[in-house]
Amino acid sequence: MSARITLHTTARILRQLRHDPRTIGLLLVVPALLLTLMRYVFDSQPAIFDRVGVIMLGVFPFVAMFLVTSVAMLRERTTGTLERLLTTPAHKLDLLFGYALAFALAAAVQAAVAAGLAYALLDLTTAGSAWTVAGLAIANAVLGMAIGLLVSAFARSEFQAVQFMPAFVLPQLLLCGLIWPRDQMAGWLEKISNVMPMTYAVDALIEVSHHADATATMWRDVTVVVGCIVVALLLGAATLRRRTA
Amino acid sequence: MENAVVIDELVVTRGRRPVLHGLSCAVPPGSVTGLLGPSGSGKTTLMRCVVGVQKIRSGSVTVLGRPAGSPSLRHTVGYVTQAPSIYADLTVRENARYFASLYGVGPREADRAIADVGLRQAGDQLVTTLSGGQRARASLACALISRPGLLVLDEPTVGQDPVLRNDLWQQFHALAEAGTTLLVSSHVMDEAGRCDRLILIRDGRIVADDTPAAVRAATGTDDLDEAFLRLVLARENQEKVSP
Repeated sequence: MSARITLHTTARILRQLRHDPRTIGLLLVVPALLLTLMRYVFDSQPAIFDRVGVIMLGVFPFVAMFLVTSVAMLRERTTGTLERLLTTPAHKLDLLFGYALAFALAAAVQAAVAAGLAYALLDLTTAGSAWTVAGLAIANAVLGMAIGLLVSAFARSEFQAVQFMPAFVLPQLLLCGLIWPRDQMAGWLEKISNVMPMTYAVDALIEVSHHADATATMWRDVTVVVGCIVVALLLGAATLRRRTA
Repeated sequence: MENAVVIDELVVTRGRRPVLHGLSCAVPPGSVTGLLGPSGSGKTTLMRCVVGVQKIRSGSVTVLGRPAGSPSLRHTVGYVTQAPSIYADLTVRENARYFASLYGVGPREADRAIADVGLRQAGDQLVTTLSGGQRARASLACALISRPGLLVLDEPTVGQDPVLRNDLWQQFHALAEAGTTLLVSSHVMDEAGRCDRLILIRDGRIVADDTPAAVRAATGTDDLDEAFLRLVLARENQEKVSP
């Protein structure tokens, strides 16, 4: 693989995004709007917004990048550009890292807008710093991208790719501790949630909201998330075949 | 001179359906070889084998002295699929420059390739806004950038107006004179006459592998469409006699 090809691929993906201002607008405005909505849903209980808001700052980039990547990758497959790229000197990993870098950048902008709004206008308070929260949001985005890339291999159409969102993301969202603490769920559900990547992504954010300094638990969570990213990318690479039947 | 592509006893099945039945042929270097046959005859599958993206059951495909699909061939083999495979949400120039970057080639080469396919005026247009013929040419431009030693073109002239088609064929021959080997598929027989050499296939089997002149002479007709028909009928009769 080559850094030059990876970076050119990142630039190409960002250029595609730039030609689609509506998607950029949606990526930036929707999380901000939803956060505002939540702030006023919990108007009488600001403490709940502090708890849920910080989690949502991590969940939005995960969901958005999962969707964008799975559809983008599906397009590469169905329009024949993937097959063509694999007949050029480009390596599979150039393509995967190109995507990872492009969407991490997009996620950074998204996280900056959402976190800026949450802290500055919506009075979100966390014990840890806003920078750590933003950093975790980007890690979540890359996780969403990596999983989206992997599942796109199993979608034959954009309809299917979009349906993978509720299939893969909603269960994780329900079990990650966002709507109810995990230790108060049925025991078998807690066990399932123990092997879901988003559980650790959300747990890290909860740690930051409660502790001023990085805790050992947070670092463990981050390690698990990074591990999941690497595994998903490697499995994703295995689905990109130069030779097909 | 050694052949640019050598195909030996190639068998390909897709699903359970056999597509190519032990096919053997060769493509001479620095020439335009036409791969002709009706839709569904296995042209695209054969081309996919040459660029090394098709799983094969048995037999071998050797390209420029190496097994098809070898990493070193990725710099020297250009492939243009039948459906234009370029990014619809980028401009023609952005597409060409991206493909140029994959080969480590500068933007000037990308612009030259765009001009070569007659899209200089449309360089800043998004691919979605192009006509079908323009898209096909934009896709072709992306394959010309790296000045490949072997160009594999799947129906590159479909949907092009006659003047442009003529231009493209002149360009193919100019490229061949400069040393590039071209393998061009078509289902239109009137294009067969423009090739230096013909490989006629039907149902995954070779019907003829010769120069257009030799095919005409062997079948006793100047019309290549008619020649193809006579060859197919002759083969069928032969099969009836000796099954």
